[in-house]
Amino acid sequence: MLNSPGGADTGADTGADADAVPGAAATLTKAAGPPGPRAPAKGGLGGLRGLGRLADLRNLSLLGVLAVLAVVGGITKPDEFLSTDNLQLVLTQASVIGVVTVGVTFVITSGGIDLSVGAIVALASVWATTLATQDYGFGGILLCAVLVGLGCGLVNGVLIAYGGMVPFIATLAMLASARGLALQISDGRTQVVTVKPVLDLGLRDSYVLGIPPLVLIFAAATVLGWLLLGRTTFGRRTVAIGGNPEAARLAGIDVRRQRLMLYLLSGLCCGIAAFMLVVLTGSGQNTNGNLYELDAIAAAIIGGTLLSGGRGTITGSVLGVLVFTTITNLFALNNLQSDVQQIAKGAIIVAAVLVQKGRSTS
Amino acid sequence: MNHTPGNPTSRRNLLLGTAAAGALFAAGCTSNENNDSEDEGKQPAGAADDKPGKKVTVGFAGPQADHGWLNAINQQAKRRAKEYEDVTLVSTEGSNDTAQQIGQIETLINKKVDVLVILPADGKALTQVGLKAMKAGIPVVNLDRVFASPQAYRCWIGGDNYGMGLNAGRYIGEQLKGKKNAKVVELAGLDNLELTRQRTAGFDDALKNYPNIKKVGRQAAEFTVESGQSKMAQLLQAHSGFDALWNHDDDQGVGAERAIQQAGRDEFLMVGGAGAKRAMDAIKADNTVLKATVLYPPTMAASAIDLARALGQGKGVGGLAELEIPASLTLYSAVVTKENVDEYLPTGFS
Repeated sequence: MLNSPGGADTGADTGADADAVPGAAATLTKAAGPPGPRAPAKGGLGGLRGLGRLADLRNLSLLGVLAVLAVVGGITKPDEFLSTDNLQLVLTQASVIGVVTVGVTFVITSGGIDLSVGAIVALASVWATTLATQDYGFGGILLCAVLVGLGCGLVNGVLIAYGGMVPFIATLAMLASARGLALQISDGRTQVVTVKPVLDLGLRDSYVLGIPPLVLIFAAATVLGWLLLGRTTFGRRTVAIGGNPEAARLAGIDVRRQRLMLYLLSGLCCGIAAFMLVVLTGSGQNTNGNLYELDAIAAAIIGGTLLSGGRGTITGSVLGVLVFTTITNLFALNNLQSDVQQIAKGAIIVAAVLVQKGRSTS
Repeated sequence: MNHTPGNPTSRRNLLLGTAAAGALFAAGCTSNENNDSEDEGKQPAGAADDKPGKKVTVGFAGPQADHGWLNAINQQAKRRAKEYEDVTLVSTEGSNDTAQQIGQIETLINKKVDVLVILPADGKALTQVGLKAMKAGIPVVNLDRVFASPQAYRCWIGGDNYGMGLNAGRYIGEQLKGKKNAKVVELAGLDNLELTRQRTAGFDDALKNYPNIKKVGRQAAEFTVESGQSKMAQLLQAHSGFDALWNHDDDQGVGAERAIQQAGRDEFLMVGGAGAKRAMDAIKADNTVLKATVLYPPTMAASAIDLARALGQGKGVGGLAELEIPASLTLYSAVVTKENVDEYLPTGFS
């Protein structure tokens, strides 16, 4: 039972991942063995393995891609590319989709999918910027964005975990209705934010030691996500139900509750991202978050998260986001148009996945 | 079960609490009531001066109003129809889905409306249903996005994308006259659309008349605020100094202006496109880089209702010697600047 294909795969992969726990199957064996105690947090051993995981080849290949991009940028546009301004720009542009990708990585690791992230970002950003919400000021906008994100995540989670709906369908339905609701609330208009503290947060004066606040939020989400997936029981359970939900259930994991929590987490990330987008653009619009779902999935996949679940890496996902953002930046600086950018994006997805496939079979 | 240390009831309460808070927000925070929204998008008065005539039922089918300009189109059409006692407007739910829009128009044909005003989601794809209406004896006023065959409409009225680029280029050219080695940057709209390429072609052709000006950069955004911010930030990073910027669309301009503000740049003049009220307000206030915007007038929808009414009553257009209304009307893309903004402000949309 425990050695069914999904579980066995993850087990064989032990030590190669930066984030995923040393093999879902191993966790399952422990959890299934002595019933009662929670899955142990292998302190000392985990630390040793952590060193090995830092040298994760998969992430190294993405770091390599980033290095190549940096060299290309340094040669073609030395003044514009290799500057503090540009580093701030790339990280800022990566921050919104980056936070969304952290949430999506959890969902994909658990064997699910969330197609509604872009739509939730749109709905949350629109809802948080209505004139009525803006009356409540900074706190109202932030709270509203987060609550709308959580609310949508809750609906997704309940439908999938307790309603037995396939994640693809449930989140596709959420995609449609959240976009519809965003359109209905905004009436197709661009809602410009007039709350000064929100606007100021996106300006240069708010940078902390040269780091834009949005980038700080992105960094915090990355670190928290990394800890949550790689260092907690919650993370282990996520990997376990992604590897083999039936085995996870038999091992005593409340799979449904775990699924609900994962979609809530994804919704929360969308809510935060929506607030960040409001800060970045100074407005809310129903077209926000266009195709975020696909960008987030692509970033997670090239980062090394398995689309079928059971293996996930936050570091990889974030590197994936950075690769895509750097490419966009590089192409824009060299005045190449969007057609070329899209072709390159597709080629990189294929190349990254092929490299990973080659490594895992060798 | 052995992994749930907390009390499940309290967690359930937490969830219920979240849901309740969400419901509160639903009740309180979706309102977009604005006191001055009443006089937005009104067209200049005086056009509806002729006496009520034969009753005309006009069918109106447009795309989904998910964009400020399209929203203005719907409002202009509805408001204009209301001004005429003799016009009854039957409008469909807007749709971006070609099949759905075809179905909606067929319903209008079956209802036997007198005249149809159609703004197709995709002009080429809806040509057949235009032909069908014409064959059924219902004259079609084709609004903006043109059908593939002239047989599919009686009259086409729409904006001039090439002319929009041309006028933006001319305005910038005149502003930078005498400036040596002037640099210009273009923030285009969605590159997948033919209209974006037409706008760029017009812009480039106009700039050819000014040998001192060189277009140094172009990026395409997606008519959205988010893409406008992102692409503009990249353009600003790529070009440390330039003299003028043309942004195709005022909606994405919200994001573009935000990026300019974030980069702390103000060495250039910016020209917008389409004619949003917000952009016109900024031009009037004259405290940002935005100095002008090139119109793509949404009032064309009101004019389309005028044309439909004239068609239904068998009249021509006032002010012209012709007995019939023209087969096609291309509107002028005026440049709105501080000098003439008051004239155009009533047509600005939000």
